[in-house]
Amino acid sequence: MAIGLHDSQVSNPVLRWIDQRLPVVTMMQKEYGTFPTPRNFNYFWNFGALALINLVIMIATGIFLAMNYQPHTAHAFDSVERIMRDVNFGWLIRYVHMNGASMFFIVVYIHIYRGMYYGSYKKPRELLWMLGVVIFLLMMATAFMGYVLPWGQMSFWGATVITNLFSAFPIVGPEIVTWLWGGFSVDNPTLNRFFALHYLLPFVIFGVVFLHVAALHITGSNNPLGIEPKGPQDTLPFHPYYTIKDSVGIVAYFALFALLVFFMPNYLGHPDNYIPANPLVTPAHIVPEWYFLPFYAILRAVPDKLGGVLLMFGSILVWFVLPWLDTSKVRSMRFRPVARIFFFLFIVSFFVLMWAGGKPAEQPYVIISQLATAYYFLWFLVLLPVLGKLEKPLPLPESIAAAVLGTKAVLGGGPIPQAVAAKPMEKA
Amino acid sequence: MADTMAPQMAQAAPGAHPGATKRDFLKLTTAAFAAVGVAGIAWPFVASMSPSRDVLALASTEVDIRPIATGQAITVMWRGKPVFVRNRTAEEVQEARAVPLSELKDPATDQSRVQRDSWLVMVGVCTHLGCVPLGQKPTDAKGDFNGWFCPCHGSHYDTSGRIRRGPAPSNLAIPDYAFTNDTTIRIG
Repeated sequence: MAIGLHDSQVSNPVLRWIDQRLPVVTMMQKEYGTFPTPRNFNYFWNFGALALINLVIMIATGIFLAMNYQPHTAHAFDSVERIMRDVNFGWLIRYVHMNGASMFFIVVYIHIYRGMYYGSYKKPRELLWMLGVVIFLLMMATAFMGYVLPWGQMSFWGATVITNLFSAFPIVGPEIVTWLWGGFSVDNPTLNRFFALHYLLPFVIFGVVFLHVAALHITGSNNPLGIEPKGPQDTLPFHPYYTIKDSVGIVAYFALFALLVFFMPNYLGHPDNYIPANPLVTPAHIVPEWYFLPFYAILRAVPDKLGGVLLMFGSILVWFVLPWLDTSKVRSMRFRPVARIFFFLFIVSFFVLMWAGGKPAEQPYVIISQLATAYYFLWFLVLLPVLGKLEKPLPLPESIAAAVLGTKAVLGGGPIPQAVAAKPMEKA
Repeated sequence: MADTMAPQMAQAAPGAHPGATKRDFLKLTTAAFAAVGVAGIAWPFVASMSPSRDVLALASTEVDIRPIATGQAITVMWRGKPVFVRNRTAEEVQEARAVPLSELKDPATDQSRVQRDSWLVMVGVCTHLGCVPLGQKPTDAKGDFNGWFCPCHGSHYDTSGRIRRGPAPSNLAIPDYAFTNDTTIRIG
């Protein structure tokens, strides 16, 4: 790279002066303006942008909540009630943060589903996918610690149960738990460190998201056909085509978000968390937030303490090796008639686990959880590797343009799609 | 399609700027809606930093003035700040009222600064940079005008709490207060 001022194409003199010295305008134009993006995205490709927006909303509302929150066992519950009753718009900011967590998991689960269905994790996007799994794990830790902060009954007993998971490890388990707590039970030191980490981790997430996006811009996006763009006729500039398509998704996302916040703010929560924490009484039926239920069901499905914990962590860690477990050369499930059926059964098993995780730990829910857990792992460890070898995939289209435009692209070749792609440049 | 139609639309519109297109109109409209939306979202966040209702509920203070003898003063806490309540002697009132307004940096009559002649109630925060002036205790320095003296940067206040010399720009502030009866005042 040459040393000296960047050769900026910006016409505005002030922006140009900055761009010559720090080419942020050029970079934005390259990465979000003209960035060549497959022309055949469906609405599943909105969810990355939605997740980023959701992260920003969580950080913004979280900072303002922290201005009024007291991380002390004697004041935490009351300070949250003060936010709800006395702080101007405190109810709004807290409900947005609270439901924002649920919205974040809805968005991210759909984002992960998209990646799994269309094979976005496959070469060359393995690292991009693994960074995504890191983000998901950080999100789980952040959400868990955030749920502890209001110091209600569910906060306290959730914290007790989840930290006790680590006691399953042989020999060092109990020491680890004492270390996590900073004492002999979940208490003030625990609350203090959870608050500090709950404030820190979103910024760590932001950093990993940056890497996730940087990696995406090296490989480019996958698309519903799962075949790589072969030339300009297969892509569109990101702006205005996908800024607009993302905007449509954002409007729908905000509508659902507003519905939750303004009409059913406590629908996804648990009423027991409006009872102040009491270390002497465990609520009769304790469950985690809905987004942890599938993993909670896996934990309870195993009649062995260590085994349950390992399987629960394993159910997410297995995602890290997904790019190598899936042996098929074909990315998109659209062209995998057999694997697609088993994939949808896997999705069903996930929802069954989510349902069973919210039920009491008794029959028939235990056996149902066990069957669903078995299928969950069967899919990743047996079906996916084997089907890649045995299945005969459907023929892949010649190119994205051919699949999208049909005969026009085949007969006309370059000119028609190029004219379409050139349109926005005329205005620029 | 929209792009090819745009120039015709622009020409058809009465009073249109030459070269303005339908796309320009759409961009401006979108930006305006976005600006309103962002402002609407920002408002609750900004408002959440204003005093909350529990803070406002503690925003007034009642003072029993019976123990304050003539010539004495007490300092009470109101909204986290000191308030001077002084029971002035007849001479002090006289002294304050004898000063011609033309000599004052921030002209105000003594009558305009009190509700009852002997009782002076002021926020005890120097109007320069917020220090608490001396003069409440009999042993304090009272400055050259027998009132209050701010040790930080040397502002002198008279027996009506008016600025007479030094860097402070205005008189000591008078809070909203009322005599709820002869022996009690409520500040705020």
